[in-house]
Amino acid sequence: MGVVVAVTALVVSLLFLLIDSEMGNAERGNRITREILALPTGISIGFSSSAGLLGIVALCVFAAQTAQEYTYGTLRSLLVREPRRVRLLLGKYVAMAIFALIAVIISAITSIALAFALAGTAKVPTDAWTTSDARTNMFETFGNVLLSTFGYGTIGMILGLLLRSPISSISIGVGWLFIVESILSIAWTPSADWMPGSLLSIVANGGAPLGATDSLGYSDALLRVALMVGLGAFTSGILFKRRDVAS
Amino acid sequence: MTAISVKGLTKSYGNLVAVKDATFDVPLGTICGFVGPNGSGKTTTIRMLLSLIAPTAGSGEILDEPISHPERYLSRVGAMIEGPAFYPALSGAENLRVIATLGGFPLERIPKMLDLVGLGDRGDDKYKTYSLGMKQRLGIAAALLPEPKLLILDEPTNGLDPAGIQEIRDLLSKLAKQGVTVFVSSHLLSEIEMISEYLVMLRKGEVIFFGKTEELLHRSRPTIVVKALKSSDLKRLKKLVDAIGHPASIEGDELRIDAEEKWGAELNELAFDSGIVLKQITPVRPTLEETFFNMTEGEK
Repeated sequence: MGVVVAVTALVVSLLFLLIDSEMGNAERGNRITREILALPTGISIGFSSSAGLLGIVALCVFAAQTAQEYTYGTLRSLLVREPRRVRLLLGKYVAMAIFALIAVIISAITSIALAFALAGTAKVPTDAWTTSDARTNMFETFGNVLLSTFGYGTIGMILGLLLRSPISSISIGVGWLFIVESILSIAWTPSADWMPGSLLSIVANGGAPLGATDSLGYSDALLRVALMVGLGAFTSGILFKRRDVAS
Repeated sequence: MTAISVKGLTKSYGNLVAVKDATFDVPLGTICGFVGPNGSGKTTTIRMLLSLIAPTAGSGEILDEPISHPERYLSRVGAMIEGPAFYPALSGAENLRVIATLGGFPLERIPKMLDLVGLGDRGDDKYKTYSLGMKQRLGIAAALLPEPKLLILDEPTNGLDPAGIQEIRDLLSKLAKQGVTVFVSSHLLSEIEMISEYLVMLRKGEVIFFGKTEELLHRSRPTIVVKALKSSDLKRLKKLVDAIGHPASIEGDELRIDAEEKWGAELNELAFDSGIVLKQITPVRPTLEETFFNMTEGEK
C-alpha cells in the first residue's frame, strides 16, 4: 500500500507543482492548465492520471501472488485441501480484487487530499471541487480506475497461471503493456485500438486520453478489453483446471 | 473397505512411462510402507492418488471414492508430498491457519498440532527462519490438521535427527493404533521395516510386491550362521551340509548355510554326530534393506 500512496502522490504532485512548466505537467508532455484543474472534474484528474501506475502495481501483485504458488510449491498443499480448482482460483481472484479495491480507495483518498493541499501552491481555485458535479465525476472516475485496475490485475493473473513464474509474468506483462504497446502505437497508430494497455488507459480516463484525437470511444474500448481479458481468463482457467500439478 | 485400492494405474509423459499398470491395495488401519529406488514412480503415484496429476490409464479408489472425484475423499485425507511447502513470510501458525481456513477445520487444532510435532514454542516464528527439520515437522502438522482417516506422507523423516525420526515413528504408530491408515514412502528402509505391516514396492514404475512385510521377508533366503569351536572344522561341516542339499559358504570364521531356522536342531545333531562342536548357531533373516537391494539390483 505504501507503493500505491507513493505512486499517487508522485503523479498528483507533478500535476500541480509543474503547472507552469514548459515541459508540461501531464503524460506525453501535455499541459493541464489551471482553468482545467479549476473545473469540477479537476479534482479527479490526478487520480485518473495515476491509474496507469496503479495498474502496474495491480499487475505485479496479481502475477506474483498467482505464480508464487507454483514457485513456493504451496499450490499442491492448497489443492489437497480444495481440489475444486476453479473454486480455488476464483477465491484467490476475489481476495486479490479486494486488495485492488482497497488500493484504489487509498489512491483516491491520497489524490484528493494532496490535490487540496497543493491547490494553494499551484494557485488553483478549489470552489468547484466541492460541488455535486465534482462528486459525481469523482465517483465515475473511481469506477473507471477500479475497472482498469481489475483489468491490469486480471492480465497479471493470466500471465501468472500461464508462465508459473513471478519474474517472467511480471517482466513480460510490464514489458508488453508499457513498452511494446507504446512502440507499436508510435509505429502504427491504429494498433492502439486493439492493445489491452491502451484500451485500459481509455477506460481509466473515462474516454480518450488528453491530446489523443483519433482514439477509440469509452464503450468500445471497455467492450474490447473486457472480451480480450475475459477470453484470456477463460483459457487460462481451463488450463489451470486440467494441467498436472507437479513440483 | 480399503484405504487405497489401485488397478492398472498408469502415467505416461510422451514416451516415458513413469508408472505402469500399478495395482495394489492398502487395508484400513495399517501402516503401509511405499518403497522403491529413486525415479521408480513413488511420488508420481502419490500425486495421482491426491489428484494433483491425472492418470493416463487405470483407476483408483481412496476410502471407497474414485480418485477422479477428489472432493469426495480429500477432506478425510492428510498429506505431505515432496516435502513441506509454505509461505516464507508467514509464521508456522499462520501457515496452518491458511490450510485450516481453506479446509474448514477448527482453528483450535493449530496449537495442538504444533505441540504434537514439537513446534509449540516456534509457532509464531516466520517459516523462513525454520530449519529443515522444523519445516518437515510443520508439514506433518499440516497433514494432521484434518484429523485424517488416511495419512499420506512422502519422506516424512527427511532432515530430522535420530531423536526426531524416533518421534515421528512413535507418532505414526500411535496414529495407526487410533485407526488411522498411514501410507508412507521413505528411503529409510530400516524405519519402514520397524513400523510397516504392509508394503508396496516399486521398480521402474511397476509394482513388484504388495502385501504384508513379513510375507516379503519370508520369501527371502533364510540363513543359519554357525561358528565351530575349531575353525578348521568349518570346511568339513560345509561338505556335509552341501551334500544334503543346503548350499553353504565360509566367510571368515562363520559358515553361512541356506536353511530355515527350524533346521537348526538337525544341523546341531549332524555336527555332533560328526564330532564337530558348534559354539554358535544363529538364524538370520535378511533385512528389508537387503531384500530391497536384491529385488531392485542394478537400480540407482
